[in-house]
Amino acid sequence: MIDTSPSLALVLVIVVLVTVGVYLLLERSLTRVLLGFVAMSNGINLLFLVAGGAAGGAPITGQTDPEDMSDPLPQFMILTAIVLTLGISAFLLAMAYRSWQLNRHDEVQDDLEDRRVARRAAADLAAFEDSDTEVTTTLDEDAAEVHDEMGGDRS
Amino acid sequence: MTPPDLLWLSLTDLSWVVPLPVLVPLSAAGLALALWRHSKAQQIISVVALTVVLLASLTLLIAADQGPVVLDVGNWAAPVGIDLVADRLSTLMLTVSAAVTLCVLIYSLAQGLADGNRGTPVAIFHPTYLVLSAGVANAFLSGDLFNLYVGFEMLLAASYVLLTLGGTGERIRAGTIYVVVSLVSSMVFLLAIGLIYAATGTVNLAQLAIRLPEIDPGVQLVLQLLLLLAFGIKAAIFPLSAWLPDSYPTAPAPVTAVFAGLLTKVGVYAIIRTQTLLFPDGRADTLLMVAALLTMVVGILGAVAQNDIKRLVSFTLVSHIGYMIFGIALSSEQGLGASIFYVAHHITVQTALFLVVGLVERRGGSTSLDQLGGLAKLAPVLAVLFFVPAMNLAGIPPLSGFLGKAGLLQAGVADGGPLALTLVGAGVVTSLLTLYAIVKAWNKAFWQVAPVEPAPMRLPRAMVGSAASLVLLGVSITVVAGPMYDYTQRAAATLRDPDQYIVSVLPDRARGAGVSSEVAEDTPDSELPDEPVEEEDE
Repeated sequence: MIDTSPSLALVLVIVVLVTVGVYLLLERSLTRVLLGFVAMSNGINLLFLVAGGAAGGAPITGQTDPEDMSDPLPQFMILTAIVLTLGISAFLLAMAYRSWQLNRHDEVQDDLEDRRVARRAAADLAAFEDSDTEVTTTLDEDAAEVHDEMGGDRS
Repeated sequence: MTPPDLLWLSLTDLSWVVPLPVLVPLSAAGLALALWRHSKAQQIISVVALTVVLLASLTLLIAADQGPVVLDVGNWAAPVGIDLVADRLSTLMLTVSAAVTLCVLIYSLAQGLADGNRGTPVAIFHPTYLVLSAGVANAFLSGDLFNLYVGFEMLLAASYVLLTLGGTGERIRAGTIYVVVSLVSSMVFLLAIGLIYAATGTVNLAQLAIRLPEIDPGVQLVLQLLLLLAFGIKAAIFPLSAWLPDSYPTAPAPVTAVFAGLLTKVGVYAIIRTQTLLFPDGRADTLLMVAALLTMVVGILGAVAQNDIKRLVSFTLVSHIGYMIFGIALSSEQGLGASIFYVAHHITVQTALFLVVGLVERRGGSTSLDQLGGLAKLAPVLAVLFFVPAMNLAGIPPLSGFLGKAGLLQAGVADGGPLALTLVGAGVVTSLLTLYAIVKAWNKAFWQVAPVEPAPMRLPRAMVGSAASLVLLGVSITVVAGPMYDYTQRAAATLRDPDQYIVSVLPDRARGAGVSSEVAEDTPDSELPDEPVEEEDE
C-alpha cells in the first residue's frame, strides 16, 4: 500500500495558488479573472495529486508490483480538468478581446437595468410608473461608459 | 450467438440504449461542425439526432420503471469503469428535456428561416446546441461524480457560446458575468470531487453511498455543503442567484428558453441525486428550507419590481426553484415526489413562456412593458399562448402548476414542523405574487392601449407552431398528471432507498456487472457500444 499522507510542500503550493486565484477572481478586469481562474484550477489539480497519495511506480501490470503502483485515477481526472481549463481559458481570452474591441476595456460591467430599478426605488416611485423612459441612451451605450461601481451613473 | 438471439437480447436488456442520448448528439455535433457550409444538412442532422434522443429517452422511461438500467461503459466493471445509470428520476428528466430541446430547436429553425439567418452565426449554433443537449443527458445519466462534472462542463461550455452568440456589447457584458460565476461554481465542484476522492478513494456514486457514511461526520458535512454550494450556484438558489436574471434575458429567445428550462434544473437534479444518495440523513435540511424560503420570496419580489417582460419571467424562474428545493428539504417521499413532478412541470412551462415572450418581442418590437400594448387585439393567438403557461406557472387549478404546488404544500403540512409550515405559507404567498406579476405583464403587454402601434406583421407559422406545441406539452402534463404523479412518487421511493441504486450498480456491493481484464474469458452479454463518453470542448 502506498503512503497516503499529504506532502507539506504540495499543500503549501495549493494554498498559494488558490489564494492567488481567489484574489484575482475578485478583480474587475477579465484578463485578471482569467489568470485567477488558471491559478486556482492548477491549485485544485494539485489537490487531486495529493488525494492520490505519494508517487509510486507506473501503474502497468507486469511492470510494477500492484503494491507500489501510483494511483492512476487522480491523474486521469487532472488530465481531463486541464483540457477543460484550456478550452475555457481560450474562450475567456476571446471574450476579453471582444470586450476590448467594443469598449476599449475588458472590465466586468455593472447590470444597468438593476441600477435603474434601484434608482426608481430610491425615488420612491410606484413600480408601474416608469420614470426612466426619459433616458436617451441605450443600455449598450450606457454600459460602455461604466468603469467601476459609480463611475458612469448619471443619477 | 445467432442473429435472432441478439435481437431478443437487445429487446430484453436495454442497457445499449442508455448511452444513446449522449453519444448521438455528440457525434451529430461533430458531423454538423464538419458540414458547416451546408446549413440545410446541419438542420436535418440536428432534428434527426434530437428525435433519436427523444425516442431513446422514452424507451428508457418505460424500461426504468421496472428497475434502473445500468451500463458499465466500455464493459469495465463499475467502480473501476464509468457507469451510466438510468433510473426513474433520470429518465423522467431526460425525456422531458429531450422533448423540450427538440421543440426549441424547431422554433429556432423557424426563426432562422424567417430572419434569413441574418446576424446569427448559424454554422456554430447547431453543433453547440447538440453539445449542450449531450451535456444535459450526460449529467442526468451519470453514475459517477466526475462524469457528472464532465457533463456539467459540456453543457456550460456550450452555454457560454450560445449566450454570447454574435458577440454584441450587451451579450458580452451578460456573458462575462455568467461565465465567471459558472467558473466559480465549477471550481467549487471540482474541489469537492478532489476532497471526496481524498476522503473515500472513489468517485463512483454507488460506491460513495457505501463509503461516505463510514467517514468522520464533520468531514461528511463539509463535503455535503461544498457540493450544495456548487449545485446551488447552478440551480440559482437565493443567495447564489443574482447572476441569472441578469444574464439570461440578453440571449436570443430560443437560447434563453432552453437555458431557463434545462440548465437550472440540471443543478436541481444534481442536488436531488447527491442529497438522497450520498447524504441521506438530511443534515442540511434546515439550511435548504431557509434557502428555499428566501429563493421563493426574494425571487418573486424581484419579478414584481421588473418592468421588462424577459427579466420578469427570469425572476419568476428563480422564485420557482424555491419550490423544488422545498420539496427536497422536506426529506420525505411525498415531498421529494412532488418536487420531481414540479421540476418536470416547470421545465416545460418556463421554456414555453420564454418562447412566447420571444414571439411577443418580435410582434411588439420591445420587451419593455411600457412600450408593449394592445397585443390581445393584434395577435389573439399569441395572447392565448401566453395566457395558458402563465396561468400554469401561477398555479391556477386545474393546471399542472396547481397540482405540483398542492402536492408540495400537502407534503409540507404532513411534515408539520414550524419551518415547514412557514414555507407552506410562503409558497402560497409566492404563488399569489406570481399571479400578480404575470397579470401585470398581461395587462400591460396585451390589454393596455399600445403607446406605439407596432408595424403590422405576420408571425412565422412554424415559430408559433413550435411554441404552441410546447404549451400543449405543458397542458398535457396536466392531463396525464395522475399516472405521472404516481411515477414521480415511485421515483421518490427509489431515491429514498439508496440500497436499490447501489445494488443495481454493484450487484454484490463491490463490483459491477461489466467484464474487466481478469475475467475476460467470459463472453460479454451483448454487443455493447464500446466508446466511453469523451468530453468535447468548444
